[in-house]
Amino acid sequence: MKFIDCPPIGRRALSEFVYGGLVKHEPDHENVSESVWAEHVFYRHSHPQIQKEWWYHRPTGMWFFFERDTLTDVIHHVSVATKGYANEA
Amino acid sequence: MPLRLLKYAWKSPEEELRFFPQEKPLEKEYDVVIIGGGGHGMACAYYLAKEHGITNVAVLEQGYIGGGNTGRNTTIVRSNYLTSEGVKFYDESLKLFDDLSEDFDLNIFYSTRGHYTMAHTDSAMRTMRWRAEVNKHHGIDSEVVDVETIQKDIPYMDVECNGQHPVMGALYHAPGSVARHDAVAWGYARGAQMRGVEIHQKTQVTDIKTASGKVVGVETNRGFIKAKKVISMVAGSSPRITNMLDIKTPIEVFPLQSCVTEPVKPFMNTIVVSGSLHVYVSQSSRGELVMGASVDPAELHSTRSTLDFVEGLTDQMMDLFPFTSRLKIMRQWAGMSDITPDFAPIMGKTQIDGFYLDSGWGTWGFKATPISGKTMAYTVATDTTHELIKPFSLDRFERFNLVGEKGAASVGH
Ligand SMILES: Cc1cc2nc3c(=O)[nH]c(=O)nc-3n(C[C@H](O)[C@H](O)[C@H](O)COP(=O)(O)OP(=O)(O)OC[C@H]3O[C@@H](n4cnc5c(N)ncnc54)[C@H](O)[C@@H]3O)c2cc1C
Repeated sequence: MKFIDCPPIGRRALSEFVYGGLVKHEPDHENVSESVWAEHVFYRHSHPQIQKEWWYHRPTGMWFFFERDTLTDVIHHVSVATKGYANEA
Repeated sequence: MPLRLLKYAWKSPEEELRFFPQEKPLEKEYDVVIIGGGGHGMACAYYLAKEHGITNVAVLEQGYIGGGNTGRNTTIVRSNYLTSEGVKFYDESLKLFDDLSEDFDLNIFYSTRGHYTMAHTDSAMRTMRWRAEVNKHHGIDSEVVDVETIQKDIPYMDVECNGQHPVMGALYHAPGSVARHDAVAWGYARGAQMRGVEIHQKTQVTDIKTASGKVVGVETNRGFIKAKKVISMVAGSSPRITNMLDIKTPIEVFPLQSCVTEPVKPFMNTIVVSGSLHVYVSQSSRGELVMGASVDPAELHSTRSTLDFVEGLTDQMMDLFPFTSRLKIMRQWAGMSDITPDFAPIMGKTQIDGFYLDSGWGTWGFKATPISGKTMAYTVATDTTHELIKPFSLDRFERFNLVGEKGAASVGH
């Protein structure tokens, strides 16, 4: 089993976390063109890279950011999501 | 004793023809370069040569023939999809599979077993009825069957699932089959080679070059190769290739794992899938149970295996087949699945002239090997998108015109 050091909650099993996908800046829903919205929802470069991702910790209900290498699966940095969804990316 | 074997005994081994002839030297230019020597790449090369007379073709493979997802899948072939687009496409593939052994003069062990997708909830039952109706409309043999029928056909299955989530019924698809995956790639490869196509293993494409929006060739670990038409058929490596051309796609890569048990006496002739339990199983001709589940939880470009996978899978498998608790797992492995948001492939032309994409095969593309080879060959040879793959174009997402195949493809493969 893989473990991960998470500052406020300590060392936890990765199986306690749920993957929430890539952190992306969401365009303003009210004033967005269809093409910008499609670009946001669908299109990206997903080759191997270090990326910032949402991870949900089930037992505590906290959301975290992992900076994870999608080639090696090494997690380089962990932080807590505190600013609210709209302001994170 | 076959005469061939007897003759072989008298000859020195060097005189015996090898399955694949010696590789030719790599040329500086080809009419068509295919990236990826999996089933899809080989099938495309085969149909380019056989049906369109295009033989100045090189298939470039970074590893060995069929060493990607083609040699890693659980070989389920079926056409009981949910959308009309999917059903029509996969049904054509099944028809081609039927004749492959003869076409290749090579036994691909195509074995029609019948395919059950178990439903454990009301909503799953509804999806099964929906799929059955779509299938019947297109003349595909699919029907919803009740628990008694299932129990009679698969006596070793616990339809009560240990009381946890009893089976309520299933979608039964008689044409569901398994085949020997390596043989499919080898058969296409040999057929293509016999018609003049060159296959170059250990040849990795590292970049794709364009000039004024048109493809001019590929950079490889063995030097630059000129080509006006380049087809990417690399499944789990698709994002690395599209990144070379700055083409964005909705593809994300997730590992898909699989494992087999030690061999046991034949007891189950059918393929069993449970969408709700996220597992599926068939018994190979050697007697092993070939088992799989859904993709790993997070994006990853790797073929590493995990214990979490085996634990999760066997836990569910024991609910369906309690006696499997006594079996040992012999091997486990993984492939890289190129998943799309609508669980349908991305095929055809792209915004770059001369660059064609065959990707988004996720966990379900082995069964499509013949038809994607055929339709991609047509598209490249005539420069017009084949009718069957029009719904699978890359720009369907910006038109919000998705194919919606998730209900039939996410675990069923
Ligand atoms: C565990 C598992 C189970 C599956 N089960 C099923 C199933 O039951 N039924 C089903 O229909 N499908 C199944 N699939 C999906 C199926 O295996 C794939 O969709 C299909 O095999 C893709 O074939 P392909 O020829 O496109 O890709 P591959 O066989 O992956 O071939 C691509 C090739 O491209 C090569 N390549 C990559 N990058 C480069 C480069 N830069 N230069 C040169 N070469 C390169 C790779 O080495 C590879 O050999 C499963 C997949 C997995 C992993």
